[in-house]
This record gives sequence, C-alpha cells and structure tokens, in this order.
Amino acid sequence: MNTSLNWIKAYVPDLDCSDQEFMDRMTMTGTKTESYRRLDKNLEKIVIGEVKKIERHPDADKLIVCQVNIGNEEIQIVTGAPNVNEGDHVVVVLDGGKVAGGHDGGPLPEEGIEIKAGKLRGVESYGMMCSIEELGSTRDVFPDAPEDGLYILPKDTVPGTDAIEYLGLHDTVFEYEITSNRVDCYSVLGIAREAAASFDKDFHMPEVPVTGEDAAESASDRISVEILDRDLCTRYIARVVTDVHIGESPDWMKKRLRSAGIRPINNLVDITNYVMMEYGQPMHAFDLSTIAGNKIIVRRAHDGDTFVTLDGNERKLDSEVLMICDGEKEVGIGGIMGGENSMITEDVHEVLFEAATFNGPNIRKSAKRIGLRTDASGIFEKGLDANNAMEAINRACALVEELKCGKVLKGAVDVHEPLPERKRIPFEFERINEFLGTDIKREDMFSYFKRLEIEYDESTNELICPTFRQDLLGFADIAEEAARFYGYDKIPVTLPQSGAEGGGLPFKMLIENVARDVAEYTGFSQCMSYSMESPKVFDRLLLPEDAPERKAIKISNPLGEDFSVMRTIILNGLLTSLSVNYNRRNTAVRLYELGNIYIPAELPLKDYPDERMQFALAFYGGGNFFTMKGVVEAFLVKAGLKEGLSYNPDNKKSFLHPGRQAEIVYDGAVLGYLGELHPLVRKNYELGERVFVAVIDMPEVVSRATFDRKFKGIAKFPAVTRDLSMVVNKDISAGDIEEMIKQRGGKLLEKTALFDIYEGSQIKEGHKSMAYTLTFRNPEKTLSDDEINGVMKKILNGLNSMGIELRS
Amino acid sequence: MFRERLETIRAQARKQIEASLDLEKLNAARVEFLGKKGELTAVLKGMKDVKAEDRPKVGQMVNEAREEIERSLEEAKRRLEKAAMEAALASETIDVTLPAEEVKMGHRHPNQIALEEMERIFTGLGYEVVEGPEVEKDYYNFEALNIPADHPAKDEQDTFYINGEMLLRTQTSGAQVHEMEKGRLPIRMISPGRVYRSDEVDATHSPCFHQVEGLLIDEKVTFSDLKGTLTQFAKELFGEDTKVKFRPHHFPFTEPSAEMDVSCFKCGGKGCRFCKGEGWIEILGCGMVHPHVLEMSGIDPLKYKGFAFGVGLERIALLKYEIDDMRLMYENDIRFLSQF
Repeated sequence: MNTSLNWIKAYVPDLDCSDQEFMDRMTMTGTKTESYRRLDKNLEKIVIGEVKKIERHPDADKLIVCQVNIGNEEIQIVTGAPNVNEGDHVVVVLDGGKVAGGHDGGPLPEEGIEIKAGKLRGVESYGMMCSIEELGSTRDVFPDAPEDGLYILPKDTVPGTDAIEYLGLHDTVFEYEITSNRVDCYSVLGIAREAAASFDKDFHMPEVPVTGEDAAESASDRISVEILDRDLCTRYIARVVTDVHIGESPDWMKKRLRSAGIRPINNLVDITNYVMMEYGQPMHAFDLSTIAGNKIIVRRAHDGDTFVTLDGNERKLDSEVLMICDGEKEVGIGGIMGGENSMITEDVHEVLFEAATFNGPNIRKSAKRIGLRTDASGIFEKGLDANNAMEAINRACALVEELKCGKVLKGAVDVHEPLPERKRIPFEFERINEFLGTDIKREDMFSYFKRLEIEYDESTNELICPTFRQDLLGFADIAEEAARFYGYDKIPVTLPQSGAEGGGLPFKMLIENVARDVAEYTGFSQCMSYSMESPKVFDRLLLPEDAPERKAIKISNPLGEDFSVMRTIILNGLLTSLSVNYNRRNTAVRLYELGNIYIPAELPLKDYPDERMQFALAFYGGGNFFTMKGVVEAFLVKAGLKEGLSYNPDNKKSFLHPGRQAEIVYDGAVLGYLGELHPLVRKNYELGERVFVAVIDMPEVVSRATFDRKFKGIAKFPAVTRDLSMVVNKDISAGDIEEMIKQRGGKLLEKTALFDIYEGSQIKEGHKSMAYTLTFRNPEKTLSDDEINGVMKKILNGLNSMGIELRS
Repeated sequence: MFRERLETIRAQARKQIEASLDLEKLNAARVEFLGKKGELTAVLKGMKDVKAEDRPKVGQMVNEAREEIERSLEEAKRRLEKAAMEAALASETIDVTLPAEEVKMGHRHPNQIALEEMERIFTGLGYEVVEGPEVEKDYYNFEALNIPADHPAKDEQDTFYINGEMLLRTQTSGAQVHEMEKGRLPIRMISPGRVYRSDEVDATHSPCFHQVEGLLIDEKVTFSDLKGTLTQFAKELFGEDTKVKFRPHHFPFTEPSAEMDVSCFKCGGKGCRFCKGEGWIEILGCGMVHPHVLEMSGIDPLKYKGFAFGVGLERIALLKYEIDDMRLMYENDIRFLSQF
C-alpha cells in the first residue's frame, strides 16, 4: 500500500510533520511504514517556460536554438528534442539546477544530474528543457508525455512559475506494510484516519452530497439485482449514470492517481480507481446498454465454462467461481475482472456502477485457480466491510456530478445479507492497565478511542466499534488500541513475578549434547541437512524394493521431487555434504548430524509419526572402521553405557560394505550400526575415497543413558599381567575370544587388551596371529602365582577348545 | 706464629676458590685446605706444641679460618651450579614460533551455537526447553493459534501438507498449544525446532529452517514483563549496550502483538550497510497470548495471562556471525563450518 502525503493531508489538513517524523510515528502506532520517496527529489530550479522562437543551430543538423520565456526574462536554450514548436509551454531547468534522471529513463542517480550553462557546438545554452523521464517520472503515470522528446504543457500554464508544483511533484509517497487484520488501512482514508489519530489532529471524511435526488428515474427503474449464491456475495449495490461524457479528469484527481502509481485514463475509469484507492472499495462500471434483460444475477459459474475478461483473454471457470451475469450471459468475474462484452468504451452513454462485497477466501482461491490476480481481487480477498460499499458508490456518484461526466439516477439497487453491526465491547479500564503493566489515565484512553471513532456508551460501560474495524472483537484488541496510542515505548520494562520453578534441558537434550561434545572432540563438525529429500535416495543407498525405509511420508505439495519425502534414514544428508566437500577438494572431512527421521505407523499418515533423533557420523580420509568404532564407544561410555557393548557383523545394510559393517548391540538391544560405505554407494555420491559411517538411534541410547557415577576406589594391591600369543583360525572373531577369556577369567581378570594382530607369510594359510595382555588383580590382597596360574589354565583350556594354538 | 700461618692459608684458599671455574676444581680446593691431608689439618696437628693456656685461643682461630673457607666454598658451589643450570637451559632453547601440534577438533554448526546461547539465557531465567512435533496436525499449527480455516497463512503456497489433516509445521508456535494442553501451570518454556515453508532456496530463504518459540503463562503477567524479558534477552545475546524497540504488529495468536528491533550491533545504531542505514535490526515477533488461544487450550483467560515470542534461529545466526548467504548453512562445507 502506497499513499502520498498530500492526499492524506486532504483529510488531515493540520498534519504538519517531516517525512521522517511521519514514517517513525506511523510505524510506532502500528502502521508500519517501510520507506518514503520524495517525488521532487533532485528537482531544483525548474520553471515553466514558453518557447518564443526556434532557429536552426548554425553547426549541428540535429540541434535547434530556442528563445524561452521564463517569466521575467527570455533565455536561450539549445536542444536536440524533436517535438518542440514555437508557442509550446515546456518544463525548463535553469543554470545551476538539477534534474532527477537522464532522458533515457534509466535508474535515477542518487545525487541527480546538475545542469549548468554552457556552449553546445559553440552556441550558448542557459538551461535545459525536460522530458518526463528527466523529472524522475514515467509515461505510465503521464501518458500524455511523448515516447521521445519534451513533456509539453498546456497553454494555460504560466511561464516562470514552479513547474514541479504544477505537475504535483512536491509530494512524498510512503510505502506501508499493512497487517492482514487491518483491511481498513488498504485505503487512503484508512491511513489518513490512523495518521490523524497518531498525530492527534482532526480527521475530515470527504463531503459526499446526495446525488440523483432530482432525477426523474430511479436506478431500480433500469436494473434489478438478484444474488443466487449469497454465501459468496454479501452485498451488491448498483447505481446508474446516464448522459455519460467520457473525457479527461481534472488535474487534482490525476495528480493523486499518479502519486499512487495509477495511470489516469478517462474520467469514468479514473473515478472508479480513485474511489478504490480512497475508500478501499473496488468498483466496476458496466456499459448499461450491454446488460440484457435489465437485470444483474450473481451466481456461481459452471464447471468448464469459459469467459473472456476485458483484457481480451479467455478464462476457464469452475463451479466455485462467482460470476456477475445479466439476463442472458455472464458479464464479469465477481471481484476479479469484468468482461469484454460489457466493458466501457468511448461511446458509452449509460453506465451501471457496481459496488459489492464478496467472500474473501473464495476470491483469493478463485483468482489463484483462474491465474488472474488483479488489484481488485487483492483487496476483495481480505474481506471488506459491507457498510463501506454504500459510502464508496455514493462517493463515486458524487464525483460523477462534480466532474460533470454524467447524470446520476435516483437511489441504488441494494441487495445484501444482514449488514454488519457495530461491535460492543465492555470497557475494562483496570484490566487493561493490569494487562499492559501500565498506568494509563481513563481520559487518555477515551482520547485514543475517540480518535479511532470508537464510541463509549456510559450506560452500559461499553465501547462501540465502527464496522470498518473488523479486527476489534474483544478485550485484548481494545488493550492493543490503548497500548499503541499510549506508546509501546512508554510501557515500562519489568520482569515477571512468575512462580514457575525449575527450567533447563530435558535429559534427552543433555545426551544429545554429550553426542555433540564427543563428536567434536574427535574431530567431527556438525552438519545440518534438510529433513525432506528425494525418493531417489533409496535407490542411491541400494535399498531393496521392500525395505521398510521406503515407506516414507510424502509431501502432497512439495517444491519438487528432490524435497518430496520425509527422510526415514539419516545418512543421505551427511553423504551429500561429504560429497560437496570431496568435490571441492577438502581433505579428510569428518561430519556428524543430529537430526530426526520420520517413521510413519501407517500410510497414508493418520497420526503423528515417530520422530526419532539419529546421531550419525561420517568421514573420509585419515582413519578406518576402528577409528569410527572408537568414536562410537567414546560416546556410549560418556553417556553412561559402559559394560555390555558388543558388535554383530550380521548387520546386512545394503549401503554398507558386506564384510565391514556391524550392529552396535548393548544389553541385547540394537543401538545402531557402523561400517564402511559400499563402493557402489560411494560411486552414487561421487566419493573417491573410502567412507566410514556410524548411525546411532538416540531413543535407544537415551533410555539406557545415565550420568550417575559411583567411585569404586583405587586398587591398593598390584596387578599382574600375562601375555598370550596365539594362532587363530580367521573365522574366529576377536569378540568371541574376548568373550571366552572374560567368562573364564572371572573376578580376578581386570582387563583384556589386544596388542598385536598379524596375517601374512609367517602364519599358516587361513589363520591370523593375535597377542593379548591379560591383567589380573585382587582388590583385597596381593595375587599369588598359584591363583593366577589357576585362572590361566582355565583360559588356556578355553582356547584349546576353540581350536586355537598358542605360539611359543 | 699461628696467626700468620692461618692468615696465609685463608688468603691462599680465597684465591684458589675464586680461581676454581668448575665443581671439580672446587672440590680439589676443598681437599687441599680442609681435607685430612690439607693445610688446616696440618695446622691442627701442630696444636700439641701449643701451650695449654693458649690452646683455646688458637683452636678458635683455626675454627674461624675453617668456617670462612667452608662458606667461600659453599658460595662458589652455588654460583657454579647456577651457571651450569643456566648454560644447560640456554642450550635447550626452542623456537616457540614453530607450528603447534594440531589438535583436530570438530566444530558446532552456527545454528547450534546460536541456539545454545538462547537456551543458556532462557534456562537461566527458569525456562524449560521442550520439543514439539515437526509433522503436525492442522489444528495445532493453525486453528488452535487463532488462524481459522480460510486464513491466507494457510494457503498452500506457504504450507507443506501431507494430507488434509497432517502437515509440516510452519511455526514452532504449535508447541505452545501442546504445552498448554498439559494443564501444568504456570508455564515457562522455550521450544526450539525445525519448521517448514514452501519457499524456494535462495540467499535468504530455505524450505526448512529453525525457530525458537517462547511462552510464559502465569496469573500476573503483563506486557511490560514481555518487554523486560526480551530486553534482557537481547542484551545478553547482543551485548549490554544493545537498545531495543518494540513496534506494534499483528499475529493471529497474540494481542497486543509487537515486533522487536535491536540497535545495530555493528554500528551501534548510527546506520550502516549492515542495518541498511536504519540503525535497527528486526529480530523477533512477540505479544500477549490471545485470550481466545488460552481458552481453546483450556486455560481461563480471566485468571491466567501470558506472553509468547518466536525467533528465527537462522536469522539470529546469520546476523550474529555475519553470514551473508543462508545456503551456506545447509551445504556443510568444512571451510564454512570450521569458522565457528
């Protein structure tokens, strides 16, 4: 929404503030003003001139030498403009003045362009005659300016007077961000009313004399209105104008339209545009002679209907689009655009004015389906006040008479649902102050309300709100009105006296912090990736057709296939990020992510899915499977999962190397998995190095995690170590050996540590050499050789039964 | 006679001790003067020839000489040891400007750092951190927040739908409703999490981003408390000198509503390129919880009041760490991440 300050001042004549003050105050009372633009920026020393005499330039074919009357003197100006004639009135910038832009109409330079007297091909020139572009404007709003050449003014202008004043450019245009609850502020009157209230000045509505009272005919003699679909059209008002003379609008109207960026066209069109800007009520004008059967019928279209709008395009309709029809045919799409078949032309004699209110959401949806969002639909979709429609159409008719472009017939044909009534809200003075934490005086509140046209009924202690304020519904809305005019900045700054106790992070998040800390201490950086991804991810990860991961939640209106399903597996984001790094030649990259996967109980989704936090790590370069295993264990230990961790190689993840992957098992539960990425998957992600990943299902960890620690004392008696060197069949895993040692070592065994593993020429085929250090300790006393030998014997027997040979 | 002899020995000892440039020579001097065959011992051996009444006197003179020589020896030893230590240390001097042994640590995501700062501030004020579902029911994302069925915010262009009833939440505000429905009052909570909007990816938009929601409900809560709380938050987050400005705004679920600006932390409010010359930067939306919202969640608006606020996490992170393109946040280039 844009308005010019001059237009606002038409209703708030006492408004006296700088542009910046206006912007700041309006913003602080809730009409957010984004920016402003002075229309006369960089327009200096510019007057109206009259071209008295034109001579050819002695040395240049394309230049002419003009003698220009600038009021009290004549000056010589050399120009190359093609369209100037003796007697023309033009815009002249004098020596030392400034214009806003170049004649080509490009972007306006910040400092403007200075104009100095000088010689053009040897002939003195004391100024410049201007095109509309040089004045910082465009042919859009000055359609009478030529495409190439000077802007020629009417002959009744006075040489020597301020040309900028004449063009109405001593003005400032403000741009607002209107919030969706303030439909009334999508109008100059709405903004002016807020401005008056903000600066505590008087607000004057335009005077609208009654029109058509003396006319012989009434509107109802010429037209009838029937609304068939009252859910979509809450009010339809028709008024009729006869003896129409199409012509130009007066200057004052053209200036205001221009300041709103609207191109003046002719008096009738300008009136409807003007009233739309002024009252925020879009209107339509039909050529009454094209309306068959003297009737207007408002009804839904039929599926598959087509209709040609006044821009000449054929539109496809459906049964939710509201149409304005006459006795035979459709003549307009309600609230969106009129039809070509009933549009105003130069030959129009009689006009039917329409001011209606429609169902806002339906207009919005229809405009979207048809693919035609107009200025009118953009306003109608916000849902307009039906009372305002009558004021607006009466204003339009008054302007018709004021501009002498037709005769208004008596009365209006007005069909409507029950009109909105003024809302009554109890005035809870103390409660407002208590709610805001303020001490606003009663009379001050009344002063704010009065400025906002909110009345007070003393007998019931109720506030009576105007119907254009559809946002005022209850106590809190009234409190806000008091707050914004008292001033948000004046409201005190206090801290709550709340009795809420505790605070802090839930246990789940504390464990997530442990994960982050361990990952970062071990060199992994945190990555974040989108939760929605392409279903192609499943193929990239080689998941079989019946993999449960493929049962993902689909977004019904995604941004594209790439963001169309909610991830059921965490790895894609990490692998994609690794790939980005790899392709940018970043070496040895370690990333982790803590993010949710979304597991539906059933599809189509009926209830909340299981959002499971995953802790996933991935890296390439500088490490191997066991590097990752170390990180996993460090995390689990820090999370309090110490004893009972094991690894099951029977993991069967399609995207991992079949011989290098394991389930992470703790206390019989699977916490996650780790492994090396399958070479084919690596290829799919364009990763040229081996990649190692680990995925930990956090709910499984959180339910077992603890920060409880108990001190077990520091051993007082010495430990005894024994080394075991053995040759083992390759099929026997270290885990099995260690499990056996642990079983048989009993309470005295403190630790089992592998210190060497070797496969190669000195070892027989199909075997590996392994060496362990076993540590024994009795917390109660020093161990004797006999005790240790006894335990060692059990362990050696165990090895023997596994077919393992000892090396000497 | 003894006196002269002792004087001579003392002078010789002084001279020799001074001339001893290492511990070995010093030891030789000790033996020479104090040893069993040393000079002073020889003098003592001559004591038998001294008259009995003179012996104590002579004995005292000998002891004095011994003590002096021992003192000199001790001093010289300390001096030499110190010099030796200094020489050894000097020889071990290293070039401290040589590069450090690298400790390879990872880095937290800037979003996470900003989030943790906010969590620290609000948990310090007694707020609980709670999470809400990202795949949400229409009711919690819209209706219960006073956004009726036909509100433009519900338009498909903004919201990702799963089906008629389920959607990806467009705001963390639904977590407020879940918390209020639990019926445990008073409430002080913040709720961080992912939200989704149907925006194409560019330098300032992402279809998936993060918000932090805040909610406080109690019997005596005022708009001034909202101002106080968020002023404190801004000062802790951006520095004690930060100024704040509350501007009226509109959100369906709060009334009155406001947007909060902070003074530009780059120029201090004078206006610069960073704040686009305004001196102020908008950072969050807030307001008093709409009585209708309280009512829908089963809380009596005549007894309880509250305030709520929502902060865009990326917005804070981008501002605070001067990141100029939101896409960097989801690309995870290590050269980006390792700067945090």
